[in-house]
Amino acid sequence: MDRRASRREFLLAAGGVAAGLGLGSIVAVRPARATPAEMEEAIRKVVGSAPVSPGKVKLDLPPLIENGNAVPLTVDVASPMTGADHVRVIHVFTQKNPQPNVVSFHLGPRAGRARVATRVRLADSQTVVAICELSDGSFWSDSADIVVTLAACLEDGI
Amino acid sequence: MLAFAASAFADEIPRADRRSGSDFMSRETRAMQDDDTANPGMLWVLEGGALWTRKTGAAGRACADCHGDARATMKGVAARHPSFDAARGRLVSLEQRISFCRTDRQGAPPLAYESRELLALAAYVARQSRGLPIEIAIDQRTQPFLDAGRTTYHRRQGQLNLACSQCHDANWGRQLAGNVIPQAHPTGYPLYRLEWQGLGSLQRRLRNCLVGIRAEPYEYGAPELVQLELYLMWRARGMLFEAPAVRP
Amino acid sequence: MASALINVPERAKRGEVIEIKTLIAHTMETGFRRTQLGALIPRDIIRRFACTYNGTEVFRAELHPAISANPFIVFSTIAVESGTLEFHWTGDNGFSVTQSAAILVE
Repeated sequence: MDRRASRREFLLAAGGVAAGLGLGSIVAVRPARATPAEMEEAIRKVVGSAPVSPGKVKLDLPPLIENGNAVPLTVDVASPMTGADHVRVIHVFTQKNPQPNVVSFHLGPRAGRARVATRVRLADSQTVVAICELSDGSFWSDSADIVVTLAACLEDGI
Repeated sequence: MLAFAASAFADEIPRADRRSGSDFMSRETRAMQDDDTANPGMLWVLEGGALWTRKTGAAGRACADCHGDARATMKGVAARHPSFDAARGRLVSLEQRISFCRTDRQGAPPLAYESRELLALAAYVARQSRGLPIEIAIDQRTQPFLDAGRTTYHRRQGQLNLACSQCHDANWGRQLAGNVIPQAHPTGYPLYRLEWQGLGSLQRRLRNCLVGIRAEPYEYGAPELVQLELYLMWRARGMLFEAPAVRP
Repeated sequence: MASALINVPERAKRGEVIEIKTLIAHTMETGFRRTQLGALIPRDIIRRFACTYNGTEVFRAELHPAISANPFIVFSTIAVESGTLEFHWTGDNGFSVTQSAAILVE
């Protein structure tokens, strides 16, 4: 078994063999996956040729989650959030989801505080990246690694 | 009561060691459950509250017309189900009782198992038992159902030839496929399962378990499932109800 | 079921930064899942969420399929004046939900 194959794919294969039912999973479909290069490209589309420096942004993810369907994610940027100095946008990207983009939050001086939270889907254990654009046009980033496990006794073979 | 309920199965978890599934979850998933503004199950509770006051059926009645304010009248109800329906002479789950009210009292068509409406009403009713201890009354009417449920729980089934007790009584706390095996106390149903990305009933979860051991899952509403529900709720008696819970 | 749960403080002090939590029912079908026979289930997601404060947009989010089902979004805004906060969710297949909340700023 390919060491890099996700647990979900392992269970799909195991389930397909053990199910032994007539219909089961007729088509063994490999889940779609982006690559680190695709994530870089998605970031380039947003950032252009500007440099992205680590810092100012804090991306909070649990180090381990029992299910990749609803992972709590918080992004906090140290910023006075004044008219002259504030966060314009916060973008989140993933490395191994089928698509690299996750969400873009548009803030501004009315926000008061550059802190947003949501729940995201993560297809596998991977690195997640948050990038913020400040009012002076500069870009800052943070990344976090997460391990995604999976429960036993799921609804179907997937 | 004690004589009726005495157990001959040495495997059962001692009362002092009983822990809810929420104790086995990560801090983040527990936080999702504990915050009503973040718990996705509350969306179903919200809808259930709206359905509670909506007139429906040939009788043109709303739940509220007979039952008034659910916060008072439904307190403890979910924590006492499944229960014996004297008129029907059988054991019924909470979802079944709600659906029977629809047909018998409202003159409306029955609600399908796992339908959005039935789950919303069940979630709304179950929410009213949150924080209360599970209380299952066993007497000579319900004893046979408890025994049948207990037998199912201890019977090896499926291609993997596993009994519920082997994971949930004998190996709780250990890892299986990356997650910790809980004790299988239905303290929070209906609940939002992250795997389902939606709210579902205890019977849906039990069917998942049966698929997990590669056994043929019983149909929704099957007596085997209701009896198993009864046994599991009885096994969890005294534990606090948490509905609508969140589970991986 | 287009029900949404919005958590906004009913009252706030002028200039106070308030936290707003929103939760809306939506399956957020990614467009990457397949049926058991291999047919692709088409994408159906909420694409955009915006909050206006007495008519001025104070927050906006563009969502992709990676946002979990029943999207949960938390953000902040400054309580500048009393009035109405409006929340708009729009997405595929003409999905459009608007809810509002009143706020008293003293």
